[in-house]
Amino acid sequence: MCQVTSVVPVAKMVGSNRVVQGQGIVHVLGNADLPPEEEKELRRKTVLQALEALKSEAGGSQG
Amino acid sequence: MRVVHYLNQFFGGLGGEEEAGAAPQIKDGAVGPGRLLEQVLGEGAQVVRTIICGDNYAAENLDELTELILRETAEADAELFVAGPCFEAGRYGVASGAVCSAVAAELDIPSVTGMALENPGVDLYRQDIFIVDSGQNASAMRDVLEKMAAIALKLDRGEEIGLPAEEGYIARGILRDAFVEQSAAERLVEMLFAKTAGESFESELPAPTFTPTPAPPPVLDMSKAKVAIVTDGGLVPKGNPDNISAYAATNWGSYDISGVSDLKGEDYEISHRGYDTRYVEQDPDRLVPLDVLRELEQDNVVGEIHNQFIATSGLANPLATSRRLGREIAQNLKDQGVDAVILTST
Repeated sequence: MCQVTSVVPVAKMVGSNRVVQGQGIVHVLGNADLPPEEEKELRRKTVLQALEALKSEAGGSQG
Repeated sequence: MRVVHYLNQFFGGLGGEEEAGAAPQIKDGAVGPGRLLEQVLGEGAQVVRTIICGDNYAAENLDELTELILRETAEADAELFVAGPCFEAGRYGVASGAVCSAVAAELDIPSVTGMALENPGVDLYRQDIFIVDSGQNASAMRDVLEKMAAIALKLDRGEEIGLPAEEGYIARGILRDAFVEQSAAERLVEMLFAKTAGESFESELPAPTFTPTPAPPPVLDMSKAKVAIVTDGGLVPKGNPDNISAYAATNWGSYDISGVSDLKGEDYEISHRGYDTRYVEQDPDRLVPLDVLRELEQDNVVGEIHNQFIATSGLANPLATSRRLGREIAQNLKDQGVDAVILTST
C-alpha cells in the first residue's frame, strides 16, 4: 500500500511504510486553482509517484 | 469457587504446532497451568472443567468454540472463567479474548485472561475484559496467574478494580471520574517542573503507541498488477447506501467502478465532517484518481484497476475501530486478488 496524503507526519506516525505527499487536504489529488488539463497532469504525476513507491523497497517517502 | 479454564493445545498438554488442528476436548479438573491457578486462587477454588482446543481449530471455528464454552461453563455452574495466559501466542490470545468476552457478556460471571501487549487479542478485546499484562516470557506463569487470580477474586466479591498499573492489567480505555487534590493546572505545572528538572513523572494521557508494520515487498511488475483505490475521505455514491457515518465511522463500503473511466460529481457525495468537501464533490477524481488510473491501465503502466473502490470516513475514529476497519479492508482486497493499493487520505 502507498498512502497519498497531505498530512505526511500523521501517516508516518501511524507507521505507513510508503507515503506520497498530496496536494492539499481538500483535494489530495488535484488543485482547484489550476486549469483542468494542468490539474489532471498534476494528478497523473502524483499517481505515478505512488506507483513508483509501490515498485520500490519501502522505507522512504516520495516527493 | 468453581472455575472453568480454557487452554490451547500446547498448555493443555496435547502437543505443539502439530496438534493445532485439534478439536475442543473437555476434561474434568485442572490441567497444566490450571493446577497453579487453583493454588493461587486459594482455599476453596477448584477448576471443575478444562476446555482444551488447538489454536488453528479455534481460529477457524471461533463461533462454534464460543458456543461450546458458553454451554460447558453454564452447565458446570462456574463462578469464574479463566483463559490462558497466552503470552505472545496470537491465535491463542484472540480465541481467549473472544471466549472471555462472550462469557462475561452472556453468563454474567467474572472472566479474566493474560497476554503480552503485542498479542493481537489485546487490541480486539481489552475494552471488554480484564487482560493481565503477561509479558512475553512463559516462565513468569506464576506471577501472571497471581495477578489474574487477584483480579478474579475482586470481581467475584464485587470489589472495585484499581488502576491498570496497580493491578497489572492492560488499560481498557475507560475513563472514570474521581476526586483529586490538585487542579489540572497545578498537576500540569508539577509535571513540567519534573520534566525540566529531568525527574520522572507520569502523564495522565499516555500517547497511543504504534507497533511498526512490516512493509510488504515491492510490486515487481506493475504492468501485471491489480491495483485498488481506497480512501478515508468519505466518497460514497449518492444516498450513502452503506450509511457510512460522517464522524467516527464504524464501517466501510465497496463501490463498483467497472467500465467507469471518470468519476462525476453528480453521482457521488461525501460523508466526512472533517474537511471542506466542495472540491471533491465537484470532481471526485481529486480524491479517487480513477481518470488517470484508467489511462495508465490503457497504456499498460498498471495491469488492471480493481473494479471496486473502497471508502470510509477517517474522522475522530477510536484507534480500535480504525484498526478493525483496516484489517477488514485488507482482507477483502486480499480475497479479491489485489496486488497493490493506493490509499488516499484527507
